[in-house]
Amino acid sequence: MNSSGGSAAGPSSGSGDGSAPPRRNSKRPKYSKFTQQELPACKPILTPKWVISVFTLVGVIFVPIGIAALMASNNVVEIVDRYDTECIPASMTGDKVAYIQNDTINKICTRNLTVPKDMDQPIYVYYQLDNFYQNHRRYVKSRSDAQLRDADQANKTSGCDPEKTTKDGSPIVPCGLIAWSLFNDTYNFTLGNKNLSVNKNGISWASDRDHKFGKDVYPKNFQNGVLRGGASLDPNKPLNEQEDLIVWMRTAALPTFRKLYGKIHQDLKANDIIMVTLENNYNTYSFNGKKKLVLSTSSWLGGKNDFLGIAYLTIGGLCFFLATAFTVVYLVKPRKLGDTSYLSWNRNPSGH
Amino acid sequence: MADGERTAFGDLLRPIADPPVRPDLISLSASATAAASAAVDPPHGSRSEADRLGASLKELADADARIVFVGDPGRTDPGLALPGNAVRTAKYSFLTFIPRNLFEQFRRLAYVYFLAIAVLNQLPQLAVFGRGASVLPLAFVLLVTAVKDAYEDWRRHRSDLVENGRAAPVLDPAGSGQFRPRRWKDLRVGEVIKVLADESIPCDMVLLATSDPTGVAYVQTINLDGESNLKTRYAKQETMSRLPSITAGSVTTLIRCETPNRNIYGFHANLEVDGKRVSLGASNIILRGCELKNTAWAIGVAVYTGNETKVMLNSSGATSKRSRLETHMNRETLLLSAILITLCSAVSICNGIWLAIHRDELELSQYFRKRDYSGGDEKYYNYYGIAMQVFFIFLMAVIVFQIMIPISLYISMELVRLGQAYFMIRDKNLYDESSNSRFQCRALNINEDLGQIRYVFSDKTGTLTENKMVFQCASIRGIDYSEGKDPSPNGSDVYCVVVGDQFWRPKMLVKTDPKLVRLLRSEGETQEGKHARDFFLALAACNTIVPLIVGTPDPKQKLIDYQGESPDEQALVYAAAAYGYVLIERTSGHIVIDVLGDRQRFNVLGLHEFDSDRKRMSVIIGCPDRTVRLFVKGADSSMFGVLEKSIDLDIIRATETNLHAYSSVGLRTLVVGMRELSRNDFEEWQSTYEKASTALYGRGSLLRAVASSVENNLQILGASGIEDKLQQGVPEAIESLRQAGIRVWVLTGDKQETAISIGYSCKLLTSEMTHIVINSNSEASCRKSLEDAIAISSKFVTISSRAQNTITGSGSARVPLALIIDGTSLVHILETELEEKLFKIATVCDVVLCCRVAPLQKAGIVALIKKRTEDMTLAIGDGANDVSMIQMADVGIGISGQEGRQAVMASDFAMGQFRFLVPLLLVHGHWNYQRIAYMILYNFYRNAVFVFIMFWYVLYTAYTLTTAITEWSSVLYSVLYSALPTVVVGILDKDLSRRTLLEYPKLYGNGQREESYNLKLFILTMMDAIWQSLVVFFIPYMAYRDTTVDGSSLGDLWTLAVVTLVNIHLAMDVFRWNWITHLSIWGSIAVAVMCVILIDSMWFLPGYWAIYHIMKTGLFWLCLLGIFAAGMIPRFTMKALAEYFMLNDIQISRELEKFGNFNDFTGTEISMSTFSQTHPGFIR
Repeated sequence: MNSSGGSAAGPSSGSGDGSAPPRRNSKRPKYSKFTQQELPACKPILTPKWVISVFTLVGVIFVPIGIAALMASNNVVEIVDRYDTECIPASMTGDKVAYIQNDTINKICTRNLTVPKDMDQPIYVYYQLDNFYQNHRRYVKSRSDAQLRDADQANKTSGCDPEKTTKDGSPIVPCGLIAWSLFNDTYNFTLGNKNLSVNKNGISWASDRDHKFGKDVYPKNFQNGVLRGGASLDPNKPLNEQEDLIVWMRTAALPTFRKLYGKIHQDLKANDIIMVTLENNYNTYSFNGKKKLVLSTSSWLGGKNDFLGIAYLTIGGLCFFLATAFTVVYLVKPRKLGDTSYLSWNRNPSGH
Repeated sequence: MADGERTAFGDLLRPIADPPVRPDLISLSASATAAASAAVDPPHGSRSEADRLGASLKELADADARIVFVGDPGRTDPGLALPGNAVRTAKYSFLTFIPRNLFEQFRRLAYVYFLAIAVLNQLPQLAVFGRGASVLPLAFVLLVTAVKDAYEDWRRHRSDLVENGRAAPVLDPAGSGQFRPRRWKDLRVGEVIKVLADESIPCDMVLLATSDPTGVAYVQTINLDGESNLKTRYAKQETMSRLPSITAGSVTTLIRCETPNRNIYGFHANLEVDGKRVSLGASNIILRGCELKNTAWAIGVAVYTGNETKVMLNSSGATSKRSRLETHMNRETLLLSAILITLCSAVSICNGIWLAIHRDELELSQYFRKRDYSGGDEKYYNYYGIAMQVFFIFLMAVIVFQIMIPISLYISMELVRLGQAYFMIRDKNLYDESSNSRFQCRALNINEDLGQIRYVFSDKTGTLTENKMVFQCASIRGIDYSEGKDPSPNGSDVYCVVVGDQFWRPKMLVKTDPKLVRLLRSEGETQEGKHARDFFLALAACNTIVPLIVGTPDPKQKLIDYQGESPDEQALVYAAAAYGYVLIERTSGHIVIDVLGDRQRFNVLGLHEFDSDRKRMSVIIGCPDRTVRLFVKGADSSMFGVLEKSIDLDIIRATETNLHAYSSVGLRTLVVGMRELSRNDFEEWQSTYEKASTALYGRGSLLRAVASSVENNLQILGASGIEDKLQQGVPEAIESLRQAGIRVWVLTGDKQETAISIGYSCKLLTSEMTHIVINSNSEASCRKSLEDAIAISSKFVTISSRAQNTITGSGSARVPLALIIDGTSLVHILETELEEKLFKIATVCDVVLCCRVAPLQKAGIVALIKKRTEDMTLAIGDGANDVSMIQMADVGIGISGQEGRQAVMASDFAMGQFRFLVPLLLVHGHWNYQRIAYMILYNFYRNAVFVFIMFWYVLYTAYTLTTAITEWSSVLYSVLYSALPTVVVGILDKDLSRRTLLEYPKLYGNGQREESYNLKLFILTMMDAIWQSLVVFFIPYMAYRDTTVDGSSLGDLWTLAVVTLVNIHLAMDVFRWNWITHLSIWGSIAVAVMCVILIDSMWFLPGYWAIYHIMKTGLFWLCLLGIFAAGMIPRFTMKALAEYFMLNDIQISRELEKFGNFNDFTGTEISMSTFSQTHPGFIR
């Protein structure tokens, strides 16, 4: 029996007048590379060459960066001085909170700092708080951005609980726990007999001064409550000039943080002794926080932190190691790529 | 020659002088004498009617029945309780849209979870996110879905409007007897409606009368069940004759019918007219959606209207199944929930401990300040004691960490499946030219199951074969004529009928045996020639085929298209036509056959429909030479019993030999017999027939008895061999599936020999196979056969028992086994304890062939496997008898072929050809599985990384769930920053090309062994997620420790780091980069950066301008770079090692694709062509 004839008869009878070439309503899918999933494509495969190159490349990039980062960190000179424990009269160490809450006690304290290495200007003056959860949920939410920006929105204190209004209900400007807890220690530096001037201008972000804190918003009813949280504000100075507040209100990401206090535009020599006269006003004793004064120069990478350099060196080193390891492994146990004999059904299973 | 023919008849059969019965049915019914019309049910009672009549004996209880007063809608439905004929496919109205659509959408559990969390977030104590941020994503998803639904519904509204506004002539109830046009939507039950030719039928109606004097109407049911052939429907004589009085309203006609149901093949009712009761069956009703054809008009009474019509009741949506992968995914979702609860508990407990330790400091510490002094009473602010805090923190943690359960995954999965379906539908390799049908995805949620199939259960007829019967050979009086020659392609030697100046030729060409043609046309009278003529007369007359004359572009040429319900009959009539016996006209009372150029009219005096008990049919024909003959055709088993054995024994023997030869090459055989009825015989038959057909009870069995009584002592005319042509590419497809480790079981209703021969021709069975045949008819013998079979198989299996475990290893070394079992045995096995034994033996065998199985047994066999194994099953079939099996299997595929559309309606996927199974499973199934599997894992990973990063941060915020990452970013993260690439990769990525997958079917094992998604991969992915989250969190943490960095800046760094990292992770796993992939991945990162910049440009957010500040510092960029490297090194290393050393077929094939030598294949399409080659036909 001739099969080709039989099958030729099949379609022709099935499609009826199929002989007419342009079928009117054929549902045949239109051919396109897209619909047939045949778009031109690149098919990367991790060949040994690629693997080794990638590792080597990462190593080549990371090791120099790591070295550069470490060098940058090493060049940063940093003086850190914890003073909250020292600046307390020996008699009051038993009840630090009572000491700090007592306004009548003089809080002035003097510290001498030795410059370990030459420090080039600008020297950044930071205060560092430890164990202060500026990212605590109660705390971060307690602010009103509308009120800070616009004098007409002084009554917009929603979200500022529990530092929203005074007892008589008039709104506090700036409201909220963040503003209320404004840091109020002050530092004065003298080098020898000469006063080291601290420039407190431009310590905050320009974007905050220009757009977030209003020119015509003045503090109102601030720090008048039962419990004093921190600094008071000059009611005659608009908020956009209260740079300490602006800096403070950029809440820190982590419970240990630094805030910029000011900048010293003067080079310091090694072994210079700086005398710091500070007012120890801020209450960190109630929650076992620490206060530190930090003087630091800066590099292209920021402050003193070896971590990134070490991390880069580690990653780079690891990549070099892996590149070598893979090279060895590929040499010891070579495998031809795309060899059909490796397919599971071609590999002869033992037994049968 | 025609004269010769007639005289030959005349000579041989003595003309009956006064034929008492030449009941000209036409005049009879036209005159409509009460007795005659009551007596004669049209001889064409449909096959099913006889059966149904039996069923309708169960009197329709009035309570269950609908009573329709013909022509009197007011009495039928006084309370207007029945629905009008207006259809409403639209789901919603303007008012109900919002509540109903929301209700529909929230039936998804995931949305409820989403909503619950959003609601939780609205409580003031728990408000973690702003109101907008928490509700927005849910609102967005709901809105998009609602808009889509609204658009679809609007379109349905419009089509409803058109449909309802169509007009149909309706009988004026006032009794004027006039038909007036009325809109479809105003039609009511009980109204009498007229339908004209080629018009659609407006509602389900019982036929009262048609333009045909005998009450026949032809309808095309293509809209209903997709069958394009014409179906015959009948008006009862009782109503035909009384039409004028019915229309005038002078007689009360009453129809008692069953309540509306969705069975389009059944209808139970009876009709009371003038106190007479007649049964109505499915052949008396015409259904909405059908079209009236070849009938000038038909008048009917509406019984079901509007949404109660059968077509509307049948318009159900796609079946809803859940894929295997999704089931597994739910297991992992539970694991993730456990992780989520662990994280939340950890945070809340730590918070409690923290509060306890710092209990005394809370009043004064500036960042906590327990009391609110502004009110004067110094009450606590937002502090309710440690226990309550812990509880609140737990709930807040759930809100913050909610995306641990990737809600967006459900939405992306739907999108991905939609995309995959799009590509499957658009695949030109799944387009069937001959039926002009594309692939259809009816179920949208089991695409990936196609990649995990282990068992394919296939129907034979119409699935493996085309169900396009072609007459191949005949044995006439024991002489074999099988030297068929193909008709020449130009059709010059094709037999044509000349009508006036027109040539009519059969639409389908059949090869003819020249010897037989010569014999038929030879002058002079030979015994042989007479037998041959009788044989072909029998073929042309003994059927229910309706010839349709179709025009061709050439006005002089017409095609004769034979329409009928049985493809075998079609083949026989085409064959008769090819040999010169062309059936050209059929009315209810007579047929016209062009006998070798001479047109003759034969009266059809009686017809016994085929039924499955007798397995034969017969007609009683009044020939032009006034003889009355009975022609019978049927299965050999039923025919040999009723043949006259005394004279023709040699011929019967010879025929049997021929039959055996035919069936051994896979031909379907039918035996044809004839008896000349004497006048007495005929009168006797007629009286019993009339009695039976007017019987009120047991009509079906009575008619069967009449048939059996007359169908005996037949003279054998011969036998026919019809080829049930294999579909294209079936053997190759089966071979591919077998290589892919898929077991193909064939379940057929055919007899064993035919099944086995088809098994051979489609390469399912091979000569080296050992056959185990189980043919038993009692439980005991079944048990014995099974035990024997187990013994045989274990002999073979012990040699390679281990090979069974790995599907790829089996079958190569040992002798392959084939199990052949028949339906009778299965009766004793299925659902008894023997099932276990059958399972054991069947799973050992390479091939299982079940023959003579009933539809429910097919489902039983599928269940046999489904119940006992985890393996995925697929059932493929084309007919109504496959529906149960299709619904039972994990994946049901319908072949949209010849046998109607029930299988398609029940299926999850539908396609035109069996061979498409190969690209569907091996290519699309593999891709779908691999893509969805990867997408699920990736989504779990992606959200877990993010949650863990937030979790690490929470540890540094005194466990108070502050997030450094802005709430908008955390909301947009899984919706915008990283969603599109997963969807794009899920739709477009291909691990291997179509060519490779078809070249190496064994690659399909990847899905069967669940290699792309399993618990091990999940755990590995989660570990990777934790590592990456540690890297993302702690590198910036360490780098920014003891600096002035603010939360927002660090949050931005983390956001950008995690978004870029997860996208790089995805990029590393992408197999194929085309421009869309590039665009989506790099675009997503860009979008994330832009969003972060945008968010930081809002002055009212605390993070104002933070991103600009931090991006200016080198530390930021070094942190990012470090994160990418440190985050990716473990994965990259593992990937490089695994790809090189853990030999994986997919990996090897990918390398092969890229570097291997594919010279032996020149194009992408080449391997497909093996499936579209002309099939090799039968091995003779």
